[in-house]
Amino acid sequence: MDFVLVLFSTLRDVLPILVVIIFFQLVVLKQPIPHLKKVILGGVYVVVGLALFLLGLEKALFPVGKIMATQLSDPSFIGIASGEVSPWWSYYWIYIFAALIGFSTTIAEPSLIAVAIKANEVSAGTISQWGLRVTVAIGVAFALALGTFRIITGTSLFVYIMVGYVIVIIQTFFTPKRLIALAYDSGGVTTSTVTVPLVAALGLGLSSTVPGRSPAVDGFGLIAFASLFPIITVLGYAQFMELKTRLFKIKIKRNEI
Amino acid sequence: MVLVSLDIINKEKTVKYKYLNLAIIKKLRNSVMDLVPIIVVVVFFQSVVIQQPFPQIGEVIFGFLFIIVGLMLFVEGLEIGLFPIGESMAYALAKKGSLLWLFIFAFVLGFSTTIAEPALIAVAKEASIISSDAGLIESNQKTMYNYAMGLRLTVAFSVGLAIVIGVLRILKGWPLYYLIIGGYVLVMLMTIIAPKEIIGLAYDAGGVTTSTITVPLVTALGVGLATVIKGRSPLIDGFGLIAFASLLPMIFVMAYGLFWF
Repeated sequence: MDFVLVLFSTLRDVLPILVVIIFFQLVVLKQPIPHLKKVILGGVYVVVGLALFLLGLEKALFPVGKIMATQLSDPSFIGIASGEVSPWWSYYWIYIFAALIGFSTTIAEPSLIAVAIKANEVSAGTISQWGLRVTVAIGVAFALALGTFRIITGTSLFVYIMVGYVIVIIQTFFTPKRLIALAYDSGGVTTSTVTVPLVAALGLGLSSTVPGRSPAVDGFGLIAFASLFPIITVLGYAQFMELKTRLFKIKIKRNEI
Repeated sequence: MVLVSLDIINKEKTVKYKYLNLAIIKKLRNSVMDLVPIIVVVVFFQSVVIQQPFPQIGEVIFGFLFIIVGLMLFVEGLEIGLFPIGESMAYALAKKGSLLWLFIFAFVLGFSTTIAEPALIAVAKEASIISSDAGLIESNQKTMYNYAMGLRLTVAFSVGLAIVIGVLRILKGWPLYYLIIGGYVLVMLMTIIAPKEIIGLAYDAGGVTTSTITVPLVTALGVGLATVIKGRSPLIDGFGLIAFASLLPMIFVMAYGLFWF
Protein backbone atom coordinates (compact mmCIF):
# COMPACT_ATOMS: atom_id res chain seq x y z
CA MET A 1 0.00 0.00 0.00
CA ASP A 2 2.77 2.40 0.97
CA PHE A 3 4.58 1.42 -2.17
CA VAL A 4 1.59 2.29 -4.35
CA LEU A 5 1.40 5.72 -2.75
CA VAL A 6 5.10 6.41 -3.21
CA LEU A 7 4.99 5.08 -6.76
CA PHE A 8 2.07 7.37 -7.49
CA SER A 9 3.86 10.43 -6.19
CA THR A 10 7.02 9.54 -8.13
CA LEU A 11 4.91 9.19 -11.27
CA ARG A 12 3.42 12.60 -10.61
CA ASP A 13 6.94 14.07 -10.40
CA VAL A 14 7.90 12.43 -13.68
CA LEU A 15 4.73 13.46 -15.50
CA PRO A 16 5.81 17.00 -16.50
CA ILE A 17 9.07 15.67 -17.94
CA LEU A 18 7.20 12.98 -19.82
CA VAL A 19 4.81 15.54 -21.31
CA VAL A 20 7.68 17.79 -22.39
CA ILE A 21 9.60 14.94 -24.03
CA ILE A 22 6.59 13.54 -25.87
CA PHE A 23 5.48 17.00 -27.03
CA PHE A 24 8.91 17.85 -28.41
CA GLN A 25 9.44 14.49 -30.07
CA LEU A 26 6.08 14.36 -31.77
CA VAL A 27 5.16 18.00 -32.40
CA VAL A 28 8.48 19.81 -32.78
CA LEU A 29 10.93 17.18 -33.96
CA LYS A 30 8.25 15.09 -35.67
CA GLN A 31 10.15 11.87 -35.36
CA PRO A 32 9.74 8.70 -33.35
CA ILE A 33 11.88 8.27 -30.25
CA PRO A 34 14.95 6.18 -31.12
CA HIS A 35 15.14 2.80 -29.33
CA LEU A 36 11.66 3.43 -27.97
CA LYS A 37 11.33 0.08 -26.19
CA LYS A 38 14.61 0.45 -24.36
CA VAL A 39 13.86 4.03 -23.36
CA ILE A 40 10.46 3.06 -21.99
CA LEU A 41 12.00 0.18 -20.07
CA GLY A 42 14.61 2.58 -18.72
CA GLY A 43 11.91 5.03 -17.71
CA VAL A 44 10.02 2.30 -15.87
CA TYR A 45 13.24 1.26 -14.09
CA VAL A 46 13.87 4.86 -13.04
CA VAL A 47 10.37 5.38 -11.64
CA VAL A 48 10.11 2.02 -9.88
CA GLY A 49 13.69 2.28 -8.63
CA LEU A 50 13.17 5.76 -7.26
CA ALA A 51 9.91 4.76 -5.60
CA LEU A 52 11.53 1.74 -3.92
CA PHE A 53 14.46 3.91 -2.92
CA LEU A 54 12.23 6.56 -1.32
CA LEU A 55 10.12 3.98 0.45
CA GLY A 56 13.24 2.32 1.81
CA LEU A 57 14.55 5.66 3.02
CA GLU A 58 11.30 6.35 4.82
CA LYS A 59 11.40 2.97 6.53
CA ALA A 60 15.09 2.65 7.31
CA LEU A 61 16.87 5.95 7.39
CA PHE A 62 14.57 8.88 8.09
CA PRO A 63 13.11 7.66 11.42
CA VAL A 64 16.53 6.73 12.75
CA GLY A 65 18.12 9.91 11.40
CA LYS A 66 15.44 12.16 12.82
CA ILE A 67 15.46 10.48 16.23
CA MET A 68 19.22 10.84 16.36
CA ALA A 69 19.14 14.48 15.30
CA THR A 70 16.75 15.36 18.14
CA GLN A 71 18.36 13.10 20.72
CA LEU A 72 21.84 14.39 20.07
CA SER A 73 20.76 18.02 20.44
CA ASP A 74 18.72 17.27 23.55
CA PRO A 75 19.98 19.22 26.60
CA SER A 76 20.02 16.07 28.75
CA PHE A 77 22.28 14.31 26.26
CA ILE A 78 24.69 17.24 26.28
CA GLY A 79 24.53 17.27 30.08
CA ILE A 80 22.97 20.66 30.75
CA ALA A 81 19.63 21.79 32.07
CA SER A 82 17.01 22.73 29.51
CA GLY A 83 17.31 26.36 28.44
CA GLU A 84 20.83 26.66 29.78
CA VAL A 85 23.40 28.08 27.39
CA SER A 86 26.23 25.69 26.76
CA PRO A 87 29.55 26.48 25.03
CA TRP A 88 29.67 25.46 21.39
CA TRP A 89 32.19 22.66 21.89
CA SER A 90 29.87 20.72 24.18
CA TYR A 91 27.83 19.87 21.10
CA TYR A 92 30.69 17.87 19.58
CA TRP A 93 28.54 14.79 18.92
CA ILE A 94 26.31 16.96 16.74
CA TYR A 95 29.24 18.02 14.57
CA ILE A 96 30.45 14.44 14.24
CA PHE A 97 26.96 13.22 13.44
CA ALA A 98 26.38 16.01 10.91
CA ALA A 99 29.66 15.30 9.14
CA LEU A 100 29.15 11.53 9.03
CA ILE A 101 25.52 11.70 7.92
CA GLY A 102 26.50 14.28 5.28
CA PHE A 103 29.25 12.06 3.95
CA SER A 104 27.27 8.83 3.93
CA THR A 105 24.07 10.21 2.43
CA THR A 106 26.00 11.99 -0.31
CA ILE A 107 27.65 8.71 -1.33
CA ALA A 108 24.17 7.25 -1.85
CA GLU A 109 22.69 10.33 -3.59
CA PRO A 110 21.27 9.13 -6.95
CA SER A 111 21.74 12.42 -8.82
CA LEU A 112 25.40 12.55 -7.83
CA ILE A 113 25.78 8.99 -9.12
CA ALA A 114 24.28 10.16 -12.42
CA VAL A 115 26.70 13.06 -12.76
CA ALA A 116 29.65 10.85 -11.78
CA ILE A 117 28.71 8.30 -14.46
CA LYS A 118 28.55 11.06 -17.10
CA ALA A 119 31.78 12.72 -15.97
CA ASN A 120 33.58 9.39 -16.09
CA GLU A 121 32.23 8.66 -19.57
CA VAL A 122 32.99 12.13 -20.98
CA SER A 123 36.52 12.26 -19.55
CA ALA A 124 37.27 8.84 -21.07
CA GLY A 125 37.80 7.39 -17.61
CA THR A 126 40.28 9.92 -16.23
CA ILE A 127 37.75 11.16 -13.68
CA SER A 128 36.89 8.19 -11.50
CA GLN A 129 33.31 7.85 -10.30
CA TRP A 130 34.32 7.05 -6.77
CA GLY A 131 36.97 9.76 -6.70
CA LEU A 132 34.41 12.41 -7.58
CA ARG A 133 31.75 11.06 -5.23
CA VAL A 134 34.09 10.80 -2.26
CA THR A 135 35.43 14.31 -2.89
CA VAL A 136 31.92 15.75 -3.04
CA ALA A 137 30.92 13.77 0.07
CA ILE A 138 33.86 15.20 2.02
CA GLY A 139 32.67 18.65 0.99
CA VAL A 140 29.16 17.97 2.26
CA ALA A 141 30.52 16.48 5.50
CA PHE A 142 32.51 19.62 6.17
CA ALA A 143 29.58 21.82 5.14
CA LEU A 144 27.15 20.21 7.56
CA ALA A 145 29.61 20.24 10.47
CA LEU A 146 30.24 23.93 9.87
CA GLY A 147 26.54 24.57 9.26
CA THR A 148 25.54 23.06 12.60
CA PHE A 149 28.30 25.07 14.24
CA ARG A 150 26.78 28.18 12.70
CA ILE A 151 23.32 27.33 14.02
CA ILE A 152 24.67 26.69 17.52
CA THR A 153 26.74 29.87 17.63
CA GLY A 154 24.06 31.88 15.85
CA THR A 155 26.54 33.61 13.56
CA SER A 156 25.40 35.21 10.33
CA LEU A 157 24.81 32.88 7.38
CA PHE A 158 25.70 35.61 4.96
CA VAL A 159 29.30 35.96 6.18
CA TYR A 160 30.01 32.25 5.70
CA ILE A 161 28.53 32.22 2.20
CA MET A 162 30.53 35.31 1.20
CA VAL A 163 33.78 33.78 2.43
CA GLY A 164 32.88 30.57 0.60
CA TYR A 165 32.28 32.48 -2.64
CA VAL A 166 35.57 34.32 -2.31
CA ILE A 167 37.39 31.00 -1.83
CA VAL A 168 35.65 29.53 -4.89
CA ILE A 169 36.53 32.57 -7.02
CA ILE A 170 40.20 32.45 -5.98
CA GLN A 171 40.38 28.70 -6.57
CA THR A 172 38.80 29.07 -10.00
CA PHE A 173 41.82 31.00 -11.24
CA PHE A 174 44.22 28.26 -10.20
CA THR A 175 42.29 25.20 -11.35
CA PRO A 176 42.69 23.52 -14.76
CA LYS A 177 39.89 24.90 -16.94
CA ARG A 178 38.51 21.55 -18.00
CA LEU A 179 37.38 20.65 -14.48
CA ILE A 180 35.76 23.93 -13.45
CA ALA A 181 32.32 23.25 -14.92
CA LEU A 182 32.13 19.84 -13.30
CA ALA A 183 33.14 21.30 -9.94
CA TYR A 184 30.44 23.99 -10.14
CA ASP A 185 27.87 21.36 -11.02
CA SER A 186 28.78 19.14 -8.11
CA GLY A 187 27.46 21.83 -5.78
CA GLY A 188 23.93 21.60 -7.08
CA VAL A 189 23.57 17.84 -7.23
CA THR A 190 24.49 16.99 -3.67
CA THR A 191 21.25 17.97 -2.08
CA SER A 192 18.25 16.03 -3.23
CA THR A 193 16.34 12.94 -2.25
CA VAL A 194 18.45 11.62 0.59
CA THR A 195 20.13 14.64 2.05
CA VAL A 196 17.41 17.29 2.16
CA PRO A 197 14.93 15.60 4.53
CA LEU A 198 17.63 14.59 6.99
CA VAL A 199 19.38 17.93 6.86
CA ALA A 200 16.09 19.77 7.33
CA ALA A 201 15.32 17.63 10.39
CA LEU A 202 18.77 18.33 11.78
CA GLY A 203 18.51 22.08 11.21
CA LEU A 204 15.03 22.44 12.62
CA GLY A 205 15.75 20.11 15.55
CA LEU A 206 18.88 22.01 16.49
CA SER A 207 17.48 25.48 16.11
CA SER A 208 14.47 24.62 18.27
CA THR A 209 16.49 23.04 21.12
CA VAL A 210 19.47 25.40 21.30
CA PRO A 211 18.46 28.35 23.49
CA GLY A 212 18.19 31.67 21.68
CA ARG A 213 17.79 30.19 18.21
CA SER A 214 14.62 30.17 16.19
CA PRO A 215 13.79 27.77 13.36
CA ALA A 216 12.64 30.66 11.17
CA VAL A 217 15.94 32.53 11.23
CA ASP A 218 18.55 29.87 11.99
CA GLY A 219 16.95 26.68 10.66
CA PHE A 220 17.68 27.56 7.05
CA GLY A 221 21.12 27.60 5.54
CA LEU A 222 22.36 24.01 5.89
CA ILE A 223 21.34 23.22 2.31
CA ALA A 224 23.10 26.35 1.09
CA PHE A 225 26.27 25.20 2.83
CA ALA A 226 25.94 21.72 1.37
CA SER A 227 25.70 23.20 -2.13
CA LEU A 228 28.71 25.46 -1.70
CA PHE A 229 31.43 23.41 -0.03
CA PRO A 230 31.54 20.50 -2.51
CA ILE A 231 32.56 23.08 -5.14
CA ILE A 232 35.53 23.97 -2.96
CA THR A 233 36.58 20.36 -2.37
CA VAL A 234 36.21 19.35 -6.03
CA LEU A 235 38.21 22.40 -7.15
CA GLY A 236 40.77 21.54 -4.49
CA TYR A 237 40.98 17.95 -5.68
CA ALA A 238 41.48 19.13 -9.26
CA GLN A 239 44.28 21.44 -8.12
CA PHE A 240 45.89 18.64 -6.13
CA MET A 241 45.83 16.27 -9.12
CA GLU A 242 47.29 18.99 -11.35
CA LEU A 243 50.09 19.59 -8.86
CA LYS A 244 50.79 15.88 -8.65
CA THR A 245 51.10 15.46 -12.43
CA ARG A 246 53.34 18.53 -12.60
CA LEU A 247 55.66 17.17 -9.93
CA PHE A 248 55.65 13.84 -11.71
CA LYS A 249 56.66 15.50 -14.98
CA ILE A 250 59.48 17.39 -13.28
CA LYS A 251 60.70 14.13 -11.80
CA ILE A 252 60.70 12.43 -15.20
CA LYS A 253 62.62 15.33 -16.73
CA ARG A 254 65.24 15.12 -14.03
CA ASN A 255 65.62 11.41 -14.56
CA GLU A 256 66.08 11.97 -18.26
CA ILE A 257 68.89 14.41 -17.62
CA MET B 1 18.73 -28.33 -39.68
CA VAL B 2 16.00 -27.52 -37.19
CA LEU B 3 17.88 -29.19 -34.41
CA VAL B 4 21.02 -27.25 -35.15
CA SER B 5 19.28 -23.90 -35.14
CA LEU B 6 17.48 -24.80 -31.94
CA ASP B 7 20.78 -25.69 -30.42
CA ILE B 8 22.20 -22.32 -31.40
CA ILE B 9 19.21 -20.50 -29.94
CA ASN B 10 19.61 -22.45 -26.73
CA LYS B 11 23.28 -21.65 -26.58
CA GLU B 12 22.60 -17.98 -27.15
CA LYS B 13 19.99 -18.06 -24.45
CA THR B 14 22.29 -19.61 -21.88
CA VAL B 15 25.09 -17.23 -22.75
CA LYS B 16 22.77 -14.27 -22.47
CA TYR B 17 21.29 -15.60 -19.25
CA LYS B 18 24.68 -16.16 -17.71
CA TYR B 19 25.81 -12.69 -18.71
CA LEU B 20 22.64 -11.17 -17.28
CA ASN B 21 23.17 -13.03 -14.03
CA LEU B 22 26.71 -11.78 -13.62
CA ALA B 23 25.71 -8.24 -14.51
CA ILE B 24 22.92 -8.20 -11.96
CA ILE B 25 25.19 -9.45 -9.19
CA LYS B 26 27.75 -6.82 -10.06
CA LYS B 27 25.12 -4.07 -10.07
CA LEU B 28 23.65 -5.27 -6.79
CA ARG B 29 27.12 -5.25 -5.28
CA ASN B 30 27.61 -1.69 -6.52
CA SER B 31 24.48 -0.41 -4.88
CA VAL B 32 25.29 -2.26 -1.65
CA MET B 33 28.64 -0.47 -1.68
CA ASP B 34 26.83 2.85 -2.04
CA LEU B 35 24.93 2.16 1.14
CA VAL B 36 27.71 0.83 3.34
CA PRO B 37 28.61 4.28 4.74
CA ILE B 38 25.01 4.98 5.79
CA ILE B 39 24.64 1.60 7.46
CA VAL B 40 27.90 2.07 9.34
CA VAL B 41 26.88 5.54 10.57
CA VAL B 42 23.42 4.47 11.68
CA VAL B 43 24.66 1.36 13.48
CA PHE B 44 27.51 3.27 15.13
CA PHE B 45 25.31 6.03 16.50
CA GLN B 46 22.60 3.67 17.65
CA SER B 47 24.89 1.27 19.44
CA VAL B 48 27.77 3.45 20.67
CA VAL B 49 26.43 6.96 21.17
CA ILE B 50 22.73 6.73 21.86
CA GLN B 51 22.92 3.19 23.23
CA GLN B 52 19.36 2.27 22.60
CA PRO B 53 18.02 -0.74 20.76
CA PHE B 54 16.83 -0.17 17.22
CA PRO B 55 13.18 0.73 16.97
CA GLN B 56 11.54 -1.78 14.61
CA ILE B 57 14.66 -3.53 13.43
CA GLY B 58 12.68 -5.58 10.89
CA GLU B 59 11.35 -2.49 9.13
CA VAL B 60 14.82 -1.00 9.01
CA ILE B 61 16.31 -4.08 7.36
CA PHE B 62 13.45 -4.22 4.91
CA GLY B 63 13.96 -0.56 4.17
CA PHE B 64 17.62 -1.07 3.38
CA LEU B 65 16.76 -3.91 1.00
CA PHE B 66 14.32 -1.58 -0.79
CA ILE B 67 16.98 1.11 -1.03
CA ILE B 68 19.52 -1.30 -2.51
CA VAL B 69 17.17 -2.69 -5.16
CA GLY B 70 15.76 0.77 -5.89
CA LEU B 71 19.18 2.30 -6.39
CA MET B 72 20.19 -0.54 -8.68
CA LEU B 73 17.09 -0.12 -10.84
CA PHE B 74 17.51 3.65 -10.92
CA VAL B 75 21.10 3.48 -12.14
CA GLU B 76 20.16 0.86 -14.75
CA GLY B 77 17.26 3.03 -15.91
CA LEU B 78 19.56 6.04 -16.17
CA GLU B 79 21.88 4.27 -18.55
CA ILE B 80 19.28 2.72 -20.82
CA GLY B 81 16.54 5.38 -20.59
CA LEU B 82 17.21 8.87 -19.24
CA PHE B 83 20.71 9.46 -20.62
CA PRO B 84 19.93 8.24 -24.16
CA ILE B 85 16.69 10.21 -24.42
CA GLY B 86 18.32 13.40 -23.11
CA GLU B 87 21.20 13.08 -25.52
CA SER B 88 19.13 12.08 -28.55
CA MET B 89 16.88 15.10 -27.98
CA ALA B 90 19.91 17.35 -27.72
CA TYR B 91 21.22 15.97 -31.04
CA ALA B 92 17.85 16.24 -32.76
CA LEU B 93 17.24 19.81 -31.59
CA ALA B 94 20.74 20.90 -32.58
CA LYS B 95 20.29 19.28 -36.00
CA LYS B 96 16.95 20.97 -36.50
CA GLY B 97 18.87 24.21 -36.23
CA SER B 98 16.05 26.21 -34.69
CA LEU B 99 17.43 28.22 -31.80
CA LEU B 100 13.96 29.25 -30.71
CA TRP B 101 12.79 25.66 -30.19
CA LEU B 102 16.01 24.76 -28.43
CA PHE B 103 15.52 27.63 -25.99
CA ILE B 104 11.85 26.80 -25.50
CA PHE B 105 12.81 23.20 -24.77
CA ALA B 106 15.46 24.31 -22.27
CA PHE B 107 13.07 26.68 -20.53
CA VAL B 108 10.16 24.25 -20.37
CA LEU B 109 12.40 21.45 -19.10
CA GLY B 110 13.65 23.64 -16.24
CA PHE B 111 10.29 25.22 -15.45
CA SER B 112 8.09 22.12 -15.57
CA THR B 113 10.35 19.94 -13.48
CA THR B 114 10.77 22.59 -10.81
CA ILE B 115 7.20 23.77 -10.39
CA ALA B 116 6.11 20.24 -9.38
CA GLU B 117 9.17 19.56 -7.22
CA PRO B 118 7.92 18.26 -3.82
CA ALA B 119 10.85 19.72 -1.90
CA LEU B 120 10.09 23.16 -3.32
CA ILE B 121 6.37 22.88 -2.54
CA ALA B 122 7.23 21.99 1.07
CA VAL B 123 9.76 24.81 1.40
CA ALA B 124 7.38 27.39 -0.13
CA LYS B 125 4.60 26.44 2.26
CA GLU B 126 6.95 26.53 5.22
CA ALA B 127 8.19 29.95 4.10
CA SER B 128 4.66 31.35 3.87
CA ILE B 129 3.91 30.20 7.43
CA ILE B 130 7.13 31.67 8.77
CA SER B 131 6.60 34.97 6.94
CA SER B 132 3.05 35.37 8.20
CA ASP B 133 4.12 34.49 11.76
CA ALA B 134 6.77 37.17 11.52
CA GLY B 135 4.10 39.61 10.35
CA LEU B 136 5.71 40.20 6.99
CA ILE B 137 2.65 39.22 5.05
CA GLU B 138 -1.00 39.20 6.08
CA SER B 139 -1.86 36.06 7.90
CA ASN B 140 -4.88 34.94 5.94
CA GLN B 141 -5.20 31.87 3.78
CA LYS B 142 -5.38 33.72 0.48
CA THR B 143 -2.31 35.88 0.99
CA MET B 144 -0.30 32.93 2.25
CA TYR B 145 -1.35 30.80 -0.70
CA ASN B 146 -0.48 33.58 -3.13
CA TYR B 147 2.85 34.07 -1.45
CA ALA B 148 3.75 30.37 -1.61
CA MET B 149 2.54 30.03 -5.19
CA GLY B 150 4.43 33.16 -6.20
CA LEU B 151 7.56 31.75 -4.62
CA ARG B 152 7.20 28.49 -6.54
CA LEU B 153 6.61 30.33 -9.82
CA THR B 154 9.62 32.56 -9.16
CA VAL B 155 11.92 29.61 -8.50
CA ALA B 156 10.58 27.60 -11.46
CA PHE B 157 10.93 30.60 -13.78
CA SER B 158 14.48 31.20 -12.64
CA VAL B 159 15.43 27.55 -13.19
CA GLY B 160 13.94 27.66 -16.70
CA LEU B 161 15.85 30.84 -17.44
CA ALA B 162 19.00 29.32 -15.95
CA ILE B 163 18.87 26.35 -18.34
CA VAL B 164 18.30 28.74 -21.27
CA ILE B 165 21.33 30.82 -20.28
CA GLY B 166 23.33 27.62 -19.80
CA VAL B 167 22.38 26.36 -23.27
CA LEU B 168 23.23 29.76 -24.78
CA ARG B 169 26.62 29.54 -23.09
CA ILE B 170 27.27 26.12 -24.62
CA LEU B 171 26.32 27.45 -28.07
CA LYS B 172 28.52 30.51 -27.74
CA GLY B 173 31.34 28.75 -25.88
CA TRP B 174 31.57 31.41 -23.18
CA PRO B 175 33.75 30.39 -20.24
CA LEU B 176 31.52 29.28 -17.40
CA TYR B 177 33.42 30.96 -14.60
CA TYR B 178 32.82 34.50 -15.87
CA LEU B 179 29.09 33.92 -15.68
CA ILE B 180 29.21 32.12 -12.33
CA ILE B 181 31.45 34.71 -10.72
CA GLY B 182 29.18 37.41 -12.12
CA GLY B 183 26.29 35.53 -10.54
CA TYR B 184 28.09 35.38 -7.19
CA VAL B 185 28.62 39.13 -7.28
CA LEU B 186 24.91 39.60 -7.99
CA VAL B 187 24.01 37.30 -5.07
CA MET B 188 26.23 39.36 -2.78
CA LEU B 189 24.72 42.65 -3.97
CA MET B 190 21.18 41.31 -3.60
CA THR B 191 22.00 40.06 -0.11
CA ILE B 192 22.81 43.62 0.94
CA ILE B 193 19.53 45.09 -0.28
CA ALA B 194 17.15 42.13 0.21
CA PRO B 195 15.01 41.85 3.38
CA LYS B 196 16.86 39.88 6.03
CA GLU B 197 14.04 37.36 6.52
CA ILE B 198 14.24 35.99 3.01
CA ILE B 199 18.02 35.51 2.76
CA GLY B 200 18.25 32.08 4.41
CA LEU B 201 15.35 30.83 2.34
CA ALA B 202 16.82 32.27 -0.86
CA TYR B 203 20.18 30.60 -0.25
CA ASP B 204 18.51 27.26 0.35
CA ALA B 205 16.23 27.62 -2.68
CA GLY B 206 19.27 27.14 -4.91
CA GLY B 207 19.94 23.71 -3.47
CA VAL B 208 16.47 22.20 -3.53
CA THR B 209 15.55 22.93 -7.13
CA THR B 210 17.38 20.20 -8.93
CA SER B 211 15.61 16.89 -8.44
CA THR B 212 16.87 13.39 -8.98
CA ILE B 213 15.24 13.02 -12.38
CA THR B 214 16.05 16.54 -13.61
CA VAL B 215 19.79 16.23 -12.96
CA PRO B 216 20.47 13.29 -15.32
CA LEU B 217 18.29 14.77 -18.06
CA VAL B 218 19.83 18.23 -17.84
CA THR B 219 23.35 16.76 -17.71
CA ALA B 220 22.62 14.62 -20.77
CA LEU B 221 21.24 17.69 -22.57
CA GLY B 222 24.38 19.72 -21.86
CA VAL B 223 26.82 16.97 -22.70
CA GLY B 224 24.83 16.04 -25.82
CA LEU B 225 24.82 19.63 -27.10
CA ALA B 226 28.51 20.10 -26.39
CA THR B 227 29.23 16.87 -28.26
CA VAL B 228 27.37 17.81 -31.47
CA ILE B 229 28.40 21.46 -31.67
CA LYS B 230 31.75 21.89 -33.36
CA GLY B 231 34.56 23.26 -31.24
CA ARG B 232 32.93 22.45 -27.89
CA SER B 233 34.29 19.91 -25.48
CA PRO B 234 31.75 17.84 -23.54
CA LEU B 235 33.81 18.12 -20.37
CA ILE B 236 34.52 21.88 -20.44
CA ASP B 237 31.27 23.05 -22.01
CA GLY B 238 28.82 20.24 -21.38
CA PHE B 239 28.67 20.61 -17.62
CA GLY B 240 27.55 23.79 -15.91
CA LEU B 241 23.79 23.77 -16.50
CA ILE B 242 23.10 22.61 -12.95
CA ALA B 243 25.41 25.27 -11.57
CA PHE B 244 23.21 27.93 -13.19
CA ALA B 245 20.08 26.22 -11.97
CA SER B 246 21.32 26.47 -8.39
CA LEU B 247 22.55 30.04 -8.67
CA LEU B 248 19.76 31.91 -10.40
CA PRO B 249 16.97 30.94 -7.95
CA MET B 250 18.93 32.63 -5.14
CA ILE B 251 18.95 35.94 -7.00
CA PHE B 252 15.32 35.68 -8.04
CA VAL B 253 14.02 34.69 -4.61
CA MET B 254 15.76 37.69 -3.06
CA ALA B 255 14.21 39.89 -5.74
CA TYR B 256 10.86 38.30 -4.87
CA GLY B 257 11.45 39.25 -1.25
CA LEU B 258 12.13 42.84 -2.26
CA PHE B 259 8.92 42.89 -4.23
CA TRP B 260 6.76 41.52 -1.39
CA PHE B 261 8.03 43.19 1.73
